[in-house]
Amino acid sequence: MGDVAMKESAVIAAEGLTKAYGGRTVLAGVSIAIEEGETVVIIGPSGSGKTTFLRCLNYLETPDAGTVRLRGVPVGADRHGRLLPEAEIAKQRSRIGFVFQRFNLFAHLTAEDNVAIGPRRVLGLSIEEAHRRAREELARVHLEDHAGKRPSQLSGGQQQRVAIARALAMRPEIILFDEPTSALDPELVGEVLDVMRELALGGMTLAAVTHEMRFARAAADRVLFMDAGLVVEEGTPNEIFDAPREERTRKFLAHLHE
Amino acid sequence: MVFDWGLVGKSIPLLATGLMMTLKICALAIVFGTILGGLLGLASLSRLKAVRWAVMAYVDFIRGTPLLIQIFLVYFALPVVGINLPEFWAGVIALSLNAAGFIAEIVRAGVGSIEKGQSEAARSIGMRHAQILFYILLPQSLRAVVPPTTNELITLVKGSALLSVISVYELTRAGQAIIAVHFAPLEIFLLIAIFYYVTISILAWLSRWLERRLPVW
Ligand SMILES: Nc1ncnc2c1ncn2[C@@H]1O[C@H](COP(=O)(O)OP(=O)(O)OP(=O)(O)O)[C@@H](O)[C@H]1O
Ligand SMILES: [Mg+2]
Repeated sequence: MGDVAMKESAVIAAEGLTKAYGGRTVLAGVSIAIEEGETVVIIGPSGSGKTTFLRCLNYLETPDAGTVRLRGVPVGADRHGRLLPEAEIAKQRSRIGFVFQRFNLFAHLTAEDNVAIGPRRVLGLSIEEAHRRAREELARVHLEDHAGKRPSQLSGGQQQRVAIARALAMRPEIILFDEPTSALDPELVGEVLDVMRELALGGMTLAAVTHEMRFARAAADRVLFMDAGLVVEEGTPNEIFDAPREERTRKFLAHLHE
Repeated sequence: MVFDWGLVGKSIPLLATGLMMTLKICALAIVFGTILGGLLGLASLSRLKAVRWAVMAYVDFIRGTPLLIQIFLVYFALPVVGINLPEFWAGVIALSLNAAGFIAEIVRAGVGSIEKGQSEAARSIGMRHAQILFYILLPQSLRAVVPPTTNELITLVKGSALLSVISVYELTRAGQAIIAVHFAPLEIFLLIAIFYYVTISILAWLSRWLERRLPVW
């Protein structure tokens, strides 16, 4: 009962997502609902399916079975499981931000153009409006002075912040982060986590795969532990980090603290 | 055997006429071949499997058969389907079709060489296939596509010599006509070689100039 009520109000809800690659099960039925304004952190060992799960949420990857709903409306496929037309999926994706481990900024565009291209080409804003918004979002990630630089002229931390601005410029209803700091030099991790924390505190809905415990403790409302394609355990940061119930969670956390 | 300098002097204007024809045919074939090749390249990146497959079959055929045979096919096949073209246009079409096949493959490979993360990021902000191609992939593939394409166009100019077999009065054919009358193959073929060499050197210089102007990032 409570379950159903929760899903009604969820920004995004997945139910029974499964995915296999060449007979190897990567997602074994993942269900999750993320509420408005919530920050969810996903942890778990390498290969447990965290990236695949996030990618299924915006249909960058097509799940074998299960449904994703964005504010109650099925994403990617219709009620009968038939894939939606490309234009329809694209429109849904534009409402779900995604930040990649390796930034994936458009290499030929300046920071400002990277952020402006979505509002311009996808949302159909005028050039002036799109660029005004791009400068706004760059300022939000503290990069207003780097608008004219290309990705190759930016540090990893700066690139990742531009990538966050690019996602924000679409005014998404949720942003998904896939290990946003794991490709960064240690001294650059903080600036990206700071931006994420500001977003979380500002009321943005986010789901992040990350092993940055300080971020999880400071910003997460809920932590999910995934293993072997399943959500094994979930709870508040304190519950998961200080008093994990499952043996697998304990093992993983012990390993992480080594 | 003595080198016939007198004949060389007399031949130059005749060969120049042939060269003009070569340049005209090649210029047209370069324009048509590049446009068609670009379009086929785009088609090879289509979301429709049948379209991709058709382009692949075409590219395969072009790469898997000699240009000479392709020229004969165009020249002898077109009349069969009721299209009667002068040799000139048969030549232009054959060279264009040939270059287009190679250029299509260059475009496909160039776009394919771009890191997958680029199109994934574009998809994640809601861009559609065609938008990703035009705004993200094609601009980035320019550096990978232009050098082999200019190379291919130079190959096209060399290949135009084969049009002599369907009696297009281009450079090689013009030379053969002189040889038939004066029987001085060495002098004339040497001259022809020089004419081609100068033409192609100019093209090579142009393509290097163009490549230097490609954007870097
Ligand atoms: N496109 C693919 N084709 C084949 N196998 C894949 C593909 N993508 C992921 N996998 C496999 O699926 C499993 C889960 O991958 P996934 O990237 O989701 O794990 P993860 O939890 O994100 O791991 P990590 O912490 O290393 O990023 C891995 O064993 C991976 O090799
Ligand atoms: Mg991963």
